[in-house]
Amino acid sequence: MPARGRQAVLWGGFAFVLIVAPLVFQSGLALTALSQMGYMIIICLSYNLLLGQGGMLSFGHAVYTGLGAFCAVHALNHAGAEGLPLPVSLVPLVGGLGGAAVAAVLGWVSTRKAHVPFAMITMGVGELVFAMTPMFPGLFGGEGGISTNRVVGEPVFGITFGPQIQLYYLIATYCFACTALIFLFTATPLGRMLNAVRDNPERVAFVGCDPQTVRYIAFVIAGFFAGIGGGLFALNFELVQGSAVGGLTSASYLLYTYIGGTLLFFGPIIGAILSVLVGVLLSEFTKAWALYLGLAFMLIVMFAPGGLSAILMANLRVAASGKFCRLVKPGSALLAATPVWLAGVTSLVEMTYHRQIHAPLNPTFRHFGVLLDVSDGADWAGAAALAIVGGVLFECARRGFVRHWRMVQEEMHALGPGAGGAS
Amino acid sequence: MAFFALSLLNGISYGLLLFMLSAGLTLIMSMMGVLNFAHASFYMLGAYLAYQVSAWIGFWPALLISPLVAALLGAVFERWVLRRVHRHGHASELLVTVGLSFVMLEVVQLVWGRAPVGYRIPAELEGPLFTLFGSPFPLYRAFMMGVSILMLLAIWLLVSRTRIGLVIQAALTHPDMVQALGHDVPRVSMGVFGGGVALAALAGVVGGNAYTTEPGMAFSVGNIVFVVVVVGGMGSLGGAFVASLLIGVVTTFAVSLDQSLLHLLQAVDVPVTDAMANHALLALKISQVAPLLPYLLLVSVLIFRPKGLMGTRET
Repeated sequence: MPARGRQAVLWGGFAFVLIVAPLVFQSGLALTALSQMGYMIIICLSYNLLLGQGGMLSFGHAVYTGLGAFCAVHALNHAGAEGLPLPVSLVPLVGGLGGAAVAAVLGWVSTRKAHVPFAMITMGVGELVFAMTPMFPGLFGGEGGISTNRVVGEPVFGITFGPQIQLYYLIATYCFACTALIFLFTATPLGRMLNAVRDNPERVAFVGCDPQTVRYIAFVIAGFFAGIGGGLFALNFELVQGSAVGGLTSASYLLYTYIGGTLLFFGPIIGAILSVLVGVLLSEFTKAWALYLGLAFMLIVMFAPGGLSAILMANLRVAASGKFCRLVKPGSALLAATPVWLAGVTSLVEMTYHRQIHAPLNPTFRHFGVLLDVSDGADWAGAAALAIVGGVLFECARRGFVRHWRMVQEEMHALGPGAGGAS
Repeated sequence: MAFFALSLLNGISYGLLLFMLSAGLTLIMSMMGVLNFAHASFYMLGAYLAYQVSAWIGFWPALLISPLVAALLGAVFERWVLRRVHRHGHASELLVTVGLSFVMLEVVQLVWGRAPVGYRIPAELEGPLFTLFGSPFPLYRAFMMGVSILMLLAIWLLVSRTRIGLVIQAALTHPDMVQALGHDVPRVSMGVFGGGVALAALAGVVGGNAYTTEPGMAFSVGNIVFVVVVVGGMGSLGGAFVASLLIGVVTTFAVSLDQSLLHLLQAVDVPVTDAMANHALLALKISQVAPLLPYLLLVSVLIFRPKGLMGTRET
């Protein structure tokens, strides 16, 4: 298939999924989760404009999403109380402009450096803004935050954005538009220059283009999209608190974007979807979700710096070259060993958590359908044994898989360029 | 006068605690170029380990055991994780320590719970050391200051007067040459990482009971330690010392001052209207702005003097 046709199919598929998703998953919980995914996709893509496209590791991205959200909330409240002629559907744009304005000021400080100093400045600026939130209760609402009501003004074509489904389609529209705009930006000369600044700033300077200016413009653009994401967040929750600009929020954007993958355009989309799944589902399922998330992040940094999207693409490439059958055997060994190991490790973790929190009341709980008793030494020994045996099996299977994987990759390299990979 | 003297002493003891943390961080930074994001997590771990060990066998063994255990864990992390990530570049090294800080926070909560633990000052160190202008100065504060000054001396002697220190110093600037002379530079790195982490844990042992031992302690102190290292100048022990004391004293004074811009206006005889009295910016007290000061200092240093106060290279 020609490249252009394939792109049309991909974008069409993306739009189709956005339209159909709420019809497939109709429950209230699913609809909230889908709405959150919509704006998280915009936020993670805007973050990756810095991290992946520009090589700028930011620890303060929540400043731009959070302040964008505060702008949107204030605009919405003005529209409600003073009759500001602003339709609700344009409120996220106010957030975007707010984010861009803040980024235009703070970016001037931040983008003078790159690499580790850039990371530290963004962290300092982020903490600065976060420490300011309790000082100005009029702007940030103190501890309670600022609440709003998104049903404001005359309905347009009967759409009030009161029901979640109407809001979802607004978010989906913004999500599609912003994804397309960010993608188009990466193809502009400025977007290409941003990649060049990431890879070799000295050479960019010799070409006659100031790397600092390129970083600055990209930073403001990222701030704009981050602000749109923040505005949609404000519309969705109708409440923005000081923690929206905090370091933990920034760190979570970094974590999920990196897990999704920073090297490929669609990587952050996977990260954004994962963030909502973890936040909504996994946190219901286990109290230890943050521990698993941290460990998963460390494993990705160590073994697959390209993130989940790079793993996916590398496997697709192997499949396309027709050598996938050679990986089936070691791959299925790996897939068989992983659950054993994970079952052992998670049992240990869950038992420790349970002992910590509920043990005096009720020493037993169910983990994957198995009744575990934290007061019983045999259960602990069993879980530990499972973890150790599973760990040994997993390591053996992993080594075997890596050996085969490298062989296949070398053969593909020998055949033609464009092959590379993770693991 | 009493307020001034006590605030100064408290500020210095807080600053010395910050120095114990930043000394390890800056050693690791200059040796390996790694900005260890999990450094404050080792401070927290040191406090929790000391709490546990002192509950079992007492405070004095904990003073030794807790840093040793932390050093061992740090060395293991350097050997098996950090070295593996090294080939992906500094950003990945930074990211893996970010991940470690998350994991350590969760593990500490998993083992010791989310509430503060009752890690207390040992009985023989309780009570006041002397009374200054009617206010007592606690003995334990003096003990903290003593430990950090001893540690400062020990590091300085180790780095400048011993053979190990010579190898470390040489490995900082000419790792390839040191390697060629037959020293195992990766092992030196592992030692420096373990040693730096042990210093952080030691700070946790003596700081955990002076302040509170809780899961939030790493986060609250971690950012300040970064500020210290950058303001002092990356890799400069002397700079870290000056910056620690500066930030310790400034923040201690700032949290106890209730003046605002309004007071200043009144002092220079500007009539204060009601509207001005209710203005958010003018009515801000210095104590409210105190948490901002370290970050303001950080950002202005990064803009105007990127080398830091006493650093020799650009951050």
